[in-house]
Amino acid sequence: MTPVLSVRNLKVEFPTRRGVLTAIDDVSFDIAPGEVLGVVGESGAGKSITGTAVIGLIEPPGRIAGGEVLLRGQRIDNLPPEQMRKIRGKRIGMVFQDPLTSLNPLYRIGYQLVETIRTHSSLSESAARKKALSLLEEVGIPAPDTRIDAYPHQFSGGMRQRVVLALALAAEPELVIADEPTTALDVSVQAQIIALLKRLCAQHGAAVMLITHDMGVIAETADRVAVMYAGRIAEIGPVREVIKAPLHPYTKGLMGSIPSLAHDSDRLVQIPGSMPRLTAIPSGCPFHPRCPRAFVPCPTFRPELQPEQSSQVACWLYHPFPVTAAAL
Amino acid sequence: MLAFIIRRLLQAIVVMLTVALIAFTLFRFVGDPVNMMVGIETTAEERAQLRQDLGLNDPIVIQFARFVGNSARLNFGNSYQFKTPVIDLIADRFPATMELAFASALLSLLVGIPMGVYTALHRRSWLSNIFLAASLIGISLPTFLIGILLIFLFPVTLGILPSFGRGEVVRIGFWTTGLLTASGLKALVLPAITLGLFQMTLIMRLVRGEMLEVLRTDYIKFARARGLTDRAVNFGHALKNTLVPVMTIAGLQLGSIIAFALITESVFQWPGMGLLFLKAVQNVDIPIMSAYLLLVAFIFVTINLIVDLLYAVVDPRIRIDARPA
Repeated sequence: MTPVLSVRNLKVEFPTRRGVLTAIDDVSFDIAPGEVLGVVGESGAGKSITGTAVIGLIEPPGRIAGGEVLLRGQRIDNLPPEQMRKIRGKRIGMVFQDPLTSLNPLYRIGYQLVETIRTHSSLSESAARKKALSLLEEVGIPAPDTRIDAYPHQFSGGMRQRVVLALALAAEPELVIADEPTTALDVSVQAQIIALLKRLCAQHGAAVMLITHDMGVIAETADRVAVMYAGRIAEIGPVREVIKAPLHPYTKGLMGSIPSLAHDSDRLVQIPGSMPRLTAIPSGCPFHPRCPRAFVPCPTFRPELQPEQSSQVACWLYHPFPVTAAAL
Repeated sequence: MLAFIIRRLLQAIVVMLTVALIAFTLFRFVGDPVNMMVGIETTAEERAQLRQDLGLNDPIVIQFARFVGNSARLNFGNSYQFKTPVIDLIADRFPATMELAFASALLSLLVGIPMGVYTALHRRSWLSNIFLAASLIGISLPTFLIGILLIFLFPVTLGILPSFGRGEVVRIGFWTTGLLTASGLKALVLPAITLGLFQMTLIMRLVRGEMLEVLRTDYIKFARARGLTDRAVNFGHALKNTLVPVMTIAGLQLGSIIAFALITESVFQWPGMGLLFLKAVQNVDIPIMSAYLLLVAFIFVTINLIVDLLYAVVDPRIRIDARPA
């Protein structure tokens, strides 16, 4: 079956005065129809930029410098702007982090919904409004027929994120990119929104790329998870495997740093150091200066993603070190 | 909403009373009003009589109250120079100033806003750079110099457009307008450009700055992610948000256009209130000065009030009755 989304060797660069920064370097992954792919990593790992690149909204002067993005097998990263615009919202929906600022404060939410629906369909004003009402109902806005004429500031944060979800799903996209959809919300509301996102996407048959740094959300929601580090994928695999038996030393450190009630440990594991800046990404494996198990090849040679058990991992511990390289 | 309007009105009254106090002080204490009104040969008795008639012997508070009362009824006394009621002099010149001010304001908005939007949307284009460089000239050249340069260029060198006056005017009721005759319209062109150029560049830069800021916001990013057309995003979503703060500045600027039209009026000998005021200053004609002060304050206060109300119309968050549910 063709994956909904295929990202092949994606590379995103930002030219600056002090040289070209590579924010995303050689990232590849697939998302199958109906699948939820979690993307985790520290801030600055390139999670959001990956999502933004897929939907074609990288702010200039940033650009996709290499690789391809395929939506149901059709290449979309090189489409003319007007065709890409028609894909946005219609085939790929996106939800941003902060629901408080995602809605235009000067327009009623009904207007924003109707506007989105009518951009992507030939529905009449009244039919679009009917659809907007049913969407609001679906995302759990109480009394949608009165709330539809309210302004964004008249909603709470959680309710606004529901409206944002309704907007993202308005044109029945095949893929929803959710960029930290719950980070700005109260903890009590987070679970509701995640549950809603998962239920809606299941009902509408949309695949999800869920970008977050919250492993709890990933564990609960995702089918597979990609762990990103310094603009690359360190490990990608079924969520259960990655959480229970992480392979990459970075993933191990990440999992060890999550507090758990199940097993009693005195101290949480910390990964020493911090993520490298884009201006100074270490050679070879970008994680090697912080890696407890770094050895001979790590500072020099960059590991590629290799299948290992049911996951893929980019680490020299898991695949034979090439002889030619060893000779150097 | 009603409470909001009433509160704003009360504030406006306080401002007007403060300005009235200044105008009153000017009238009462800059020189002796009696000396200004009478000739050298007036006897001391006649002076005392006039002083009594004018109520200058009453307590200051009562004098001020009378001044406020008279001003509210548009009775500003007689001009020292012309010996005619100040209000007639002002009413005569008011339309000229207003037409000039509104023409300049309109010009600065109609040109400034599109230029601002263009330079924000096409940040790197050469036309934007030209606009921005030209706007520096508009901001830094003093008004009188622009006026003189325009006079040198058009009436003197090219021989088109009049260099002074208002052209033929048509009287409609109490209002005289130059907008209905060809010569009136021609005469309006240069003064309006002179007066409006600074505001135009100001508005252009303001719109550009605001628009760039708005274009970076999350709701614009989300609007693009929803696949809305560039047109809908730029002009529907971004421009409307841009115009909220621009409205305030443009409103305040309209006030200052009216108030500071006097330089342009004197360069072009435009028969407006500014010219009247300048002559009043030269001749220490205090009733005209204080009336002008009050009138300008009144215009400022009124425009501010209108801008506040418009704000509430455009931005739902400011509406007092719309509380978050």
